[in-house]
Amino acid sequence: MKNTLFVVALVAVMSGCGEKPQALQTSGRDAPAYGGTGKAFTTAGWLQGDKASWESQLKARSQYGQNDYTRMN
Amino acid sequence: MARMKFVCDTERCIECNGCVTACKNEHEVPWGVNRRRVVTLNDGVPGEKSISVACMHCSDAPCMAVCPVNCFYRTDEGVVLHDKNVCIGCGYCAYACPFGAPQFPSQGAFGVRGKMDKCTFCAGGPEVNGSQAEFEKYGRNRLAEGKLPVCAEMCATKALIAGDGDVVADIMRNRVLRRGKGAEVWGWGTAYGSRQAGQPPAAPAAQGAKP
Repeated sequence: MKNTLFVVALVAVMSGCGEKPQALQTSGRDAPAYGGTGKAFTTAGWLQGDKASWESQLKARSQYGQNDYTRMN
Repeated sequence: MARMKFVCDTERCIECNGCVTACKNEHEVPWGVNRRRVVTLNDGVPGEKSISVACMHCSDAPCMAVCPVNCFYRTDEGVVLHDKNVCIGCGYCAYACPFGAPQFPSQGAFGVRGKMDKCTFCAGGPEVNGSQAEFEKYGRNRLAEGKLPVCAEMCATKALIAGDGDVVADIMRNRVLRRGKGAEVWGWGTAYGSRQAGQPPAAPAAQGAKP
């Protein structure tokens, strides 16, 4: 009986010294941009959720919006 | 896969601060926080140069390396973003960043430092794309709308270019070839590695080099 009480007390005391998990709950990765917003204000000419069309849309946009030489010559 | 990068052409930047204004307006950035700013070197001296600076979304971002709570993450497009729910506002990233990009709002009592805020390449944050929560914390998610960062898209002289690294490098290369000067792309080597910066190749190894 004494031994049992001693073990129970020991477990209760020692559990206080136990380490709790301290891993951060990070959000991890974001939803991919090519998934779109599903709302208005999205540029026409590409399909939301289609990675290839999103990439080609951005590539074209960065050319005709920023490359003067494609417009002047 | 696109690898998003910024380039600022110092031959074209006229220090109008339009990019700064557009960024603040688009994302409703609070007072005291400037995600983008224009820096002028040798101001007032003939030949002065201006450059628009913000987070460059480095290939090997030092802010990610020093963050003690690991709040940074990188998207598939190479955009360096952070989670404000995790950020503790310690400011280590501000010390580590070579561009001075991390900003801290000081609206609390005794000027306490808030959660870090920086340029997101108009890609929002970890919240749902295009959501109100994302807008309030990180600003608008233009990438998910099929658009490029507003600072570059509205730049009047097209000094600031943003987009896929291959495309922006091609545009810049074409400009330099036509005008015959201004190949110094400031910050490119620091952010994306000197081998990509149009620099001469690394010096040959000592044993293999001829005198």
